[in-house]
Amino acid sequence: MQAIISVNKLTKTYPSGLRALNNINLDIRRGEIFALLGPNGAGKTTLISIICGIVNPGEGQVLVDGHDIVKDYRSARAKIGLVPQELSISMFESVWATVKFSRGLFGKSPDDAWLEKILKDLSLWDKKDSRIMALSGGMKRRVLIAKALAHQPQILFLDEPTAGVDVELRRDMWDMIRNLRNSGVTIILTTHYIEEAEEMADRIGVINKGEIILVEEKTTLMQKLGKKQLTLQLQQPLPQIPVELNHYQLELSNDGNQLIYTFDSQEDADIAGLLRHLGNLGIEFKDLQTSQSSLEDIFVNLVGGHA
Amino acid sequence: MNIHAIKAIYLFELARTWRTLMQSIASPVLSTSLYFIVFGSAIGSRMVEIDGISYGAFIIPGLIMLSLLTESISNASFGIYMPKFTGTIYEILSAPISALEIVIGFVGAAATKSIILGLIILATARLFVDFSILHPFWMLGFLVLTSVTFSLFGFIIGIWADGFEKLQIIPMMIVTPLTFLGGSFYSIHMLPPLWQTITLFNPVVYLISGFRWSFYGVADVNVGISLAMILLFMLLCLFMIWLIFKTGYKVKT
Repeated sequence: MQAIISVNKLTKTYPSGLRALNNINLDIRRGEIFALLGPNGAGKTTLISIICGIVNPGEGQVLVDGHDIVKDYRSARAKIGLVPQELSISMFESVWATVKFSRGLFGKSPDDAWLEKILKDLSLWDKKDSRIMALSGGMKRRVLIAKALAHQPQILFLDEPTAGVDVELRRDMWDMIRNLRNSGVTIILTTHYIEEAEEMADRIGVINKGEIILVEEKTTLMQKLGKKQLTLQLQQPLPQIPVELNHYQLELSNDGNQLIYTFDSQEDADIAGLLRHLGNLGIEFKDLQTSQSSLEDIFVNLVGGHA
Repeated sequence: MNIHAIKAIYLFELARTWRTLMQSIASPVLSTSLYFIVFGSAIGSRMVEIDGISYGAFIIPGLIMLSLLTESISNASFGIYMPKFTGTIYEILSAPISALEIVIGFVGAAATKSIILGLIILATARLFVDFSILHPFWMLGFLVLTSVTFSLFGFIIGIWADGFEKLQIIPMMIVTPLTFLGGSFYSIHMLPPLWQTITLFNPVVYLISGFRWSFYGVADVNVGISLAMILLFMLLCLFMIWLIFKTGYKVKT
């Protein structure tokens, strides 16, 4: 699929000497939801800030829909909307004035009908004349999204969109982001909530210490790197794992009541063989359950492996 | 040229003026009126004429200039400092807008406010003191040039400042003293020769002198030199702003 953002050999070193990004290569596909994960200080915000024009790029090149972000910054930036992590907004303005300002700032002629649609979609229409300082935190965050959408961007960056947002509103935002994607907007989000990436992303990129260490389809990633566990609740506790079962990757709980079988989810696990062996050895179980590692477990393993 | 963006910034900044009308307009008008009452009407009637002009009328150009300089700097520095302080500058930096367009929006709004303020003070002065304007177009020219130039200077201060104290320090500690010592209340010819020479190093002397010439046709220094000094300072400010955006100084890292 055609890339709408193409980052090539991007390196950024701050005047302090801190190398925030190191030889980043990344393609964002048109129309996808791409989640960029990484621990604090990994370089997520620097990467986004460079693409959006807030931070000067170092070496390398970034193209937005074919437009160089430095040489052809007007065309590149006109396609991008950014929702920052912080609630950076003029508190004394009205909601309507601030979204109108954003549209003008991006060079678009006034279009009250479009702004009305955005505010209605974000459940802000009845607050359009309210001062922003009078709104709740969740509403302020929605105003930031409205501002980012005011100029009808093709690409939307969401930097920690649901930080500090309650569970219900987070669900609403996820729905809203999906709707945006369905309308053709490419979404790039950074998040600390792995659950968020797991819920929404088509692809996942992991950045650590200024380097992209992995870019993968979410489902493939979970298949490749995810692990499954089968836990058997035994009728009688075992003192130790029988030697006949040594070729299985088994663990015994401290009290001897649980036998835990861990296997890679992408490979065929020999569950039937294990159960047969247990039967032959006279080991009976009263219950069983399976679990799959979450994206969070995968992320912790990945980042931990590159520490 | 991104006209919509310039208009958006310009109107946004002007809207701030109307929101803070007391602070932006009423307060400087009131304080300048007090000068006119005290030095123009009350004490001025007992003062001798300077260069054939009544004292009350003599101080009008200097007092307007005092407000123009401090308000231009204050308006422009506050205008660009606040987005930096609140973090909303991200939106300006990520917009498809050039450095020149950003400057036109912010400085244009700050200068507009100063010009309006200058004209209001001028009209207010007429209530207390009788005066005439010999070269009205030149008067307007000096008013506009000074407002734009010192708004550019204020823009630089707003970028440079990383706290509210720094925002205030140059208008309060440098510009106001230079204006008081720059011939607002006296002709520099009234000073001893040594102080006359020292005073010529004060750039505000040229602004006040040129502005007073447009009122009464008399000046401490040649009006051409006054004009050249304003233009020189304007070019210097433009060069510094160009450097700021080129290097990203305190704006982008």
